[in-house]
Amino acid sequence: MADVAVAPEAPHRLMTPDVMEPPRINLNIDWSQVDLDSVVLPPGEDCGIKSDDEEEEEEVLETDTGFGNVIVVDNLPIVAIEKFDKLEGVIRKIFGQIGVICEDGLWMPKDENGKTKGYAFIEYNTPQEAQTAREQTNGYKLDRSHVFVVNMFDDFDKYMKVPDEWVPPESKPYTPGENLLAWLTDERGRDQFVVRFGAETEVYWNDARQGKPDPVYHRTFWTESFVQWSPLGTYLATIHRQGAAVWGGEKTFNRLMRYIHPQVKLIDFSPGEKFMVTYSSHEPSNPRDTQRVTLNVFDVRSGKVLREFKGSADDFATGGTGGVAGVSWPVFRWGGGREDKYFARIGKNAISVYETETMGLLDKKSLKVDNVLDFSWSPTEPLLSLFVPEGGGGNQPARVSLVSIPSREELRQKNLFSVSDCKMYWQSSGEYLAVKVDRYTKTKKSTYTGFELFRIKERDIPIEVLELENKNDKIVAFAWEPKGHRFAIIHGDGPRPDITFYSMRSPNNVGRVTKLTTLKGKQANALYWSPIGRFCVLAGLKAYNGQLEFYNVDELETMATAEHFMATDVDWDPTGRFVSTSVTSVHQMENGFNIWSFNGKLLYRLSRDRFFQFLWRPRPPTLLTAEDEMEIAKNLRKYSKKYEVEDADALNAMSTQDIEHHRKLINEWKDWLSQWKNLYEEEAEQRMELRDGEPSDEEEDYEAEEVEVEEIINIEEEVVGYGFEQVD
Amino acid sequence: MRPILLKGHERPLTFLKYNRDGDLLFSCAKDHTPTVWYAHNGERLGTYRGHNGAVWCCDVSRDTTRLITGSADQSVKLWDCETGVQLHSFNFESPARAVSFAEGDKLVAITTDPFMEQQSAIHVKNIEGDQSKQNSDSVLTITGPQGRINRVLWGPLNKTIISAGEDATIRIWDAETGKCLKESDPETGHHKVITSMSKSADGSHFITGSHDKSAKLWDTRTLTLLKTYVTERPVNAAAISPLLDHVVIGGGQEASQVTMSDRRAGKFEAKFFHKVFEEEIGGVKGHFGPINALAFNPDGRSFVSGGEDGYVRLHHFDADYFHIKM
Repeated sequence: MADVAVAPEAPHRLMTPDVMEPPRINLNIDWSQVDLDSVVLPPGEDCGIKSDDEEEEEEVLETDTGFGNVIVVDNLPIVAIEKFDKLEGVIRKIFGQIGVICEDGLWMPKDENGKTKGYAFIEYNTPQEAQTAREQTNGYKLDRSHVFVVNMFDDFDKYMKVPDEWVPPESKPYTPGENLLAWLTDERGRDQFVVRFGAETEVYWNDARQGKPDPVYHRTFWTESFVQWSPLGTYLATIHRQGAAVWGGEKTFNRLMRYIHPQVKLIDFSPGEKFMVTYSSHEPSNPRDTQRVTLNVFDVRSGKVLREFKGSADDFATGGTGGVAGVSWPVFRWGGGREDKYFARIGKNAISVYETETMGLLDKKSLKVDNVLDFSWSPTEPLLSLFVPEGGGGNQPARVSLVSIPSREELRQKNLFSVSDCKMYWQSSGEYLAVKVDRYTKTKKSTYTGFELFRIKERDIPIEVLELENKNDKIVAFAWEPKGHRFAIIHGDGPRPDITFYSMRSPNNVGRVTKLTTLKGKQANALYWSPIGRFCVLAGLKAYNGQLEFYNVDELETMATAEHFMATDVDWDPTGRFVSTSVTSVHQMENGFNIWSFNGKLLYRLSRDRFFQFLWRPRPPTLLTAEDEMEIAKNLRKYSKKYEVEDADALNAMSTQDIEHHRKLINEWKDWLSQWKNLYEEEAEQRMELRDGEPSDEEEDYEAEEVEVEEIINIEEEVVGYGFEQVD
Repeated sequence: MRPILLKGHERPLTFLKYNRDGDLLFSCAKDHTPTVWYAHNGERLGTYRGHNGAVWCCDVSRDTTRLITGSADQSVKLWDCETGVQLHSFNFESPARAVSFAEGDKLVAITTDPFMEQQSAIHVKNIEGDQSKQNSDSVLTITGPQGRINRVLWGPLNKTIISAGEDATIRIWDAETGKCLKESDPETGHHKVITSMSKSADGSHFITGSHDKSAKLWDTRTLTLLKTYVTERPVNAAAISPLLDHVVIGGGQEASQVTMSDRRAGKFEAKFFHKVFEEEIGGVKGHFGPINALAFNPDGRSFVSGGEDGYVRLHHFDADYFHIKM
């Protein structure tokens, strides 16, 4: 956009052609002669180009000076008095086309010889007309040597006011914002979660010691469809008709920013939560058209739209040859880990990679890959894995390749034959990539599944093929151990599938995948690894009615089996200490959630009607180095004592509190009962009368005897050495 | 705790009642024959034949001589408990829903459903000691509440009548004049149909169960809300333990919504709550349909539940039940 304005010293010497808005009338301007690039703006001068931040304050033109409808035309021919009328006629003709020139609204100053000075003032009826005239006639070429320069009269005033001396702008005092990470400093190291049920949205501390959640914040009608934590847990996003909003803060949840996007349906944060993508689809006015889709990329902190994408739903549908799978969310997948450098989407025969720095296509062109069907980013580095199905009627094999960004260099490629489908699973630290490949059998009537395992971090990226022992087994679920080198597969043919654990390492041969164990005949269809690895919940959801098995993969043993009847969701807390299972409103009954310890002990449960969401608040990655963590693990015994004492204290405090509460309730009840009894005894005779004098035996010896037994459960005092230094 | 399964009814159970001594158990069901059982072993003692419709409710006199049953056949019948002979039949224009003897068993309160052009009503009838004088004249008729009146009880000294039903409101009426004295607060009270109501042993308080998935404990005199027990399923039945500070609540999904896949889905458990702390103590599973009726033995050492499945389950508590510490 070459919106160039004038320098303050000589406003009438510069032209301001507006390229983006071509003149509506033909002005015979030879634009080829105007070299826009040669116009250099004076440094530090915005030339009146408004920045989006600035409030729009220049709307009131006429009230300021009253000359809002006056324009100044420069570069007129200088003519003698005898030609004055002719020139005036020409000018009237040109400018009269655009608007009504006031009576006596054209004034061309003359010098003492009667010659014109080469400029004129024209007054229109309205400021709008003046504006249009300025826009349309600025640069009008009367002849070779006379090109009009038209300015608003008021602009002169404005630019004259610009002081000659540059004054450094006043720096605003810094107002410290709230500590958005305050929740991480909880003394008891608890985690938060948000639940949504009915019209309510509530945030709680998970207080496992107390065996109940500790409320943090509650709000009715907080969101119109769902809530979502940002990936590092800093913000909680809510969805409204007008757009999305994020909330956070030290003590409570304040609205930090709004993102205007009418009818927003979906949102997605970048992994480093610098950016937010919002999505909406709109019904077309013509029912035969496809849906219109709007995507906005926002800067999370400033709330500014950085890039807008608009198009029909087809444009954003996932790629592939002919089969359009509809828009799959997220449309944009973020790459390059937490640095938020790239985001990409799949199109027809291409993957478009965008740079966040410029918000434009990387190197201004998409990555051309014919027939590309799917892609995914490495979670930690800018590395794309993409899948291209078979082409050319089976002549071209399907392939999976790894492409490095921004170099677009293909690091590794694997051709695959008779493939029906592929799915890619990255391990969370980007060390391994597993590709699940469904292949046709020779008859092409059925498929069988194998895995291609890429070792990304090793030289030349070796690939290993893993085939299941029983070829007919269907793969129900696959999951990598986060941060680890193991993975688990649920496979089987019948109603009770097997679960097999594999390791990418083996004790003696580093580069081989080895089977660790197979659990036969489990009622499970989903795998949930702890975020710190080692533990895995084998869950039987849906048809299995919520069977849970807490499995320790280090020891290869089941720690506990349990059931949360009808459970629909299983989630680990970000620290891997607790597991939540919830029944959402897909079921009518049983709605609510359970909290379990990592080893399968039920800690507490809460039932809520019309339960929609349970989300743990994510935590940013630890600041401790791997060595620090090792150190802590080594001295765990030392640290754990402190927490054991705290646990015991909390338990004691709670039980006394509970006893107190119970005692109060009992006393209230007794008071009420004794009141009743007095009345009851007063009426005893009348009652006997009603019964024809038959006394009631119970009434006579009714004597409640309450014996309170109090036991002190051995309170042990122990001096605990706080012999540890805080590790920083 | 091994329940004794009483298989005598062919249709869903509607009501269960122990006599005062706790040795007999009377059961009503949608089949037409109220049945009496030995309460200690569940042996069937006999049936009362004569009704021609579902039997909704029954009450037994203090001395266990008379049984009164209310039925959908638009009649309320008075029986000789021992012989099973029908002594009298009160006939109405609409189905009878609830029956309740007053203190001294000289009066009975009967509620009838709204039917055709009939409004729902509470009728008070005399019960004559001399059977030959027995007539069907109403001492008092109260109308007013909308919808069915599902349960009726007598207040202290027969001075008041307490009713509850489909309009989710509990009302206390003057038993002399038929004037409405008190109504439960719509804020704190139930929000959906009240399905059951039963008194404590001393009559000081009573419990109501409702489809709003809660049961509430009320003061019989003042109708102040004492406690609320929240559960996950619609409540069809509730009872107060005469021995311990416990209440038991039963219910489940509506029969029409019950899943075919798994009986656990319906929540057909009888749930025990601590009466004062409002905390859940435990549950007794077993029925494979909603629980429609619950009753404590007057000695508090056993309880029965009756389900939509047509069974009555008689539970004698284990020893550890009596040592539950809260």
